[in-house]
Amino acid sequence: MKTVEEIKAAIEAAVPGAGVEFVSNPSASAQHSLRIAPQSAVAVAKFLRDDADLAFDFLSNVTGVDWPDKEIAEKVKVMRWVTKTVDGPDGQKVDQPVEETVEETRKRIESGCLEVVYHLYSVGKKHGPLVLRMRTVNRTDQVDLPSLTPVWRSAELQEREVFDLYGVVFGGHPDLRRLLMWDGFKDHPMRRDYVEPDDFEYEPTPHDEVLKRAQERENREQRTEGPRDRGLAAG
Amino acid sequence: MTVVENKAERAEGWNRPQVIEPDGEGELLEVAMGPHHPSTHGVFRMDVALDGERVVRLKPVFGYLHRNHEKIAEGASYLASMPYTDRLDYFCSLTNNWAYALAVEKLVGQVVPERAEYIRVILAELTRVQNHASSIGFLIQEMGASGTPLMYAFKEREKILDLFESLTGSRMMCNYMRFGGCRVDVSASWLDATRKVVAGLPAFVDEFEALLSSNEILMARCQGVGILRPELAINAGVSGPMLRGSGVNYDVRKVDHYGIYDRFKFRIPLGDHGDIYDRYMVRILEMRESIKIIEQALRDLPAGPIMDTRAKLRGFRPKPGEAYGRIEAPKGELGFYLISDGGLNPYRYRVRPPSLINLTILEDMCLGHNVADVVLIFGSVDIVLGEVDR
Amino acid sequence: MAVDQNLKIELGKQGIFVTTIEELYNWGRRSSVWPMQFGLACCAIEMIATTMARYDLARFGAEVFRPSPRQADLMIVSGTVTKKMAPQVVRLYNQMAEPRYVIAMGACAISGGPFKQGYNVLKGIDRYIPVDVHIPGCPPRPEALIQAFMTLQKKIDGQPLTGEGRPRHLDAEAQGEFPVPEQGEHDLEPTSNKGVWPVPITIR
Ligand code: SF4
Repeated sequence: MKTVEEIKAAIEAAVPGAGVEFVSNPSASAQHSLRIAPQSAVAVAKFLRDDADLAFDFLSNVTGVDWPDKEIAEKVKVMRWVTKTVDGPDGQKVDQPVEETVEETRKRIESGCLEVVYHLYSVGKKHGPLVLRMRTVNRTDQVDLPSLTPVWRSAELQEREVFDLYGVVFGGHPDLRRLLMWDGFKDHPMRRDYVEPDDFEYEPTPHDEVLKRAQERENREQRTEGPRDRGLAAG
Repeated sequence: MTVVENKAERAEGWNRPQVIEPDGEGELLEVAMGPHHPSTHGVFRMDVALDGERVVRLKPVFGYLHRNHEKIAEGASYLASMPYTDRLDYFCSLTNNWAYALAVEKLVGQVVPERAEYIRVILAELTRVQNHASSIGFLIQEMGASGTPLMYAFKEREKILDLFESLTGSRMMCNYMRFGGCRVDVSASWLDATRKVVAGLPAFVDEFEALLSSNEILMARCQGVGILRPELAINAGVSGPMLRGSGVNYDVRKVDHYGIYDRFKFRIPLGDHGDIYDRYMVRILEMRESIKIIEQALRDLPAGPIMDTRAKLRGFRPKPGEAYGRIEAPKGELGFYLISDGGLNPYRYRVRPPSLINLTILEDMCLGHNVADVVLIFGSVDIVLGEVDR
Repeated sequence: MAVDQNLKIELGKQGIFVTTIEELYNWGRRSSVWPMQFGLACCAIEMIATTMARYDLARFGAEVFRPSPRQADLMIVSGTVTKKMAPQVVRLYNQMAEPRYVIAMGACAISGGPFKQGYNVLKGIDRYIPVDVHIPGCPPRPEALIQAFMTLQKKIDGQPLTGEGRPRHLDAEAQGEFPVPEQGEHDLEPTSNKGVWPVPITIR
């Protein structure tokens, strides 16, 4: 198989303006990947599938990944005017503004995104994997990506799963519905900031996290309804 | 291999299910098969639209066994997910273990000692034999042979499960493999017992075949039913015996050379028609090849450690990066995709479930057939719900 | 009227069989418990293994697995009940004819088991329907399922036909329908049936 860099060059030659980016993978597996721009994704996918040398005809795996917004604290040096008392020209003390550099910690929110990763193999040439990735603009309102289902049918159910669990909206998918959760469900449970429903009413040996939740629930219930009716309800 | 594609044929939408027009007489009947249906292998649902007996639309509905394996695994350490992988495809816990161990080994660059590799092969092939036997049993059960072939299959399965139990401590949920080896060593008496069971397997397959392969009902109901074209099979990501039943020579054991599979002599059975009967036959022949592999592995099993001494078990933190590892599980290509951010838990943990992806083309195979055939076509895919929904 | 055990044996030697209606009735009921053919997850495979040749559930008169809830006496909840599946399980239970019994097989059916942290996993089927026998294990071995059967048979044997503790089908007042939970936007609503499952008191 060609190396990932060669494939990148081949894509750029075939699909002008493809916007392919090489993403290196520092782990021992050394499966480097290519990040493709969403607008040219379908063209790139078609090229990868139909090119005689590459012939990536088998899309094995589609994964959603959530990269939440990150708060990055960084130290910056800023210049500031401070008032200092200095010796004036006529021997008196005067207040005078001077420039000074100070260190300040600033918090910056790096906007997160949703990523979809595709693993391609070639059945005809028996090589692979080639890893493609695509990113949405953010995690809230611009979560559209083009669907690769028209190119590889195997993306059909897997993209539905990513839509269900992560909330990526695949444009051009023939049947984009929730796959695993029920239709009326509102959340995207695989996102990192998903809050699970509080249904640990009872745990015989609560500990850690569960104990905290049990305690919170108890406090809440006491606040809302007064002491809980602990008698056995008629069964 | 009869493939690959003529590009001119690749018009838009060639890989979509065909649209079947009802004949216009009477109304369409909508049937929800499942989630409680005796032949859906658990809790699977198909919403079928019928024109008389003929299927004109079929939409699978998933998620009735969605147990949040991936979410739980992202909150647990790497090793803690190993017992959960047992519960994915609960017929084949050992191959699931192997796929996961392989992905982690790729992620950290861990080597596995020889002896452990041989043990893995023996166990994986035993798993394959019992899985194929039971899946054929279920297929025939769906055809209406209530019980008998399944009893034969389970009789043999029990013998193999006894081996698993005496080695790993559990019949089904073995939790046996570790990153860099296996959990316990096999004993001489276990090997003797295994040799005895394996020596009996060919006779079992012969008996099974004598019972089934030329059975008139089986042939009448399976031949020419549920045909899957090879181009579509590849495009839809179908793998395992389904793909090979359609005549595509693709077996991850031969392609990826993972483990030590290139030391063994075995062949890859292929079908020609891509119908249910071919899938059945591929499974039967694969059992025979697996038996050959086990015999060779038992013969060559070297002495030595079963765990790499440099393998880290406590405080296991892979370096940041990602890896995709896959093996040929009895159901198809089972892969694990892991992203590490350098922490104790995987940042992203994804299972590539062969059972789910093999169901992508269920509608294509069923359209135009009678409703009774749907059950058979579905059975021939050989799925396990724990893996479909995870 | 109870018959003296020794007298019964003596009469039996003479070829005379003495019994009570209650005993005869319960003997019939317990020897032909037909389970519903209903598998949920991994535990279902062990359930199937129990019916196969080696463990042979037929010895207990329970080999006839009925696909239809209308013909079944026993529901073996064999596996993880997810929130997507829970309404269907309750509905199936409602469709079974009295007298009906439930075995919760495996850790998942009892409490959610290994998947308890899951957002889509119901933390025990006894939140919605009454359970007669719980068998722990992941999965429980076939022997454990057989043990559960024998426990259930003992329970049936011990049920009087009149008065307190009689089976539900002989009690006109007993509850027959159990409310089916709705699938809401985030969770099942309600999260449990308080009539069947009062939140147990945690003693710490
Ligand atoms: S208790 Fe264990 S074996 Fe049974 S369904 Fe749950 S996970 Fe599977």
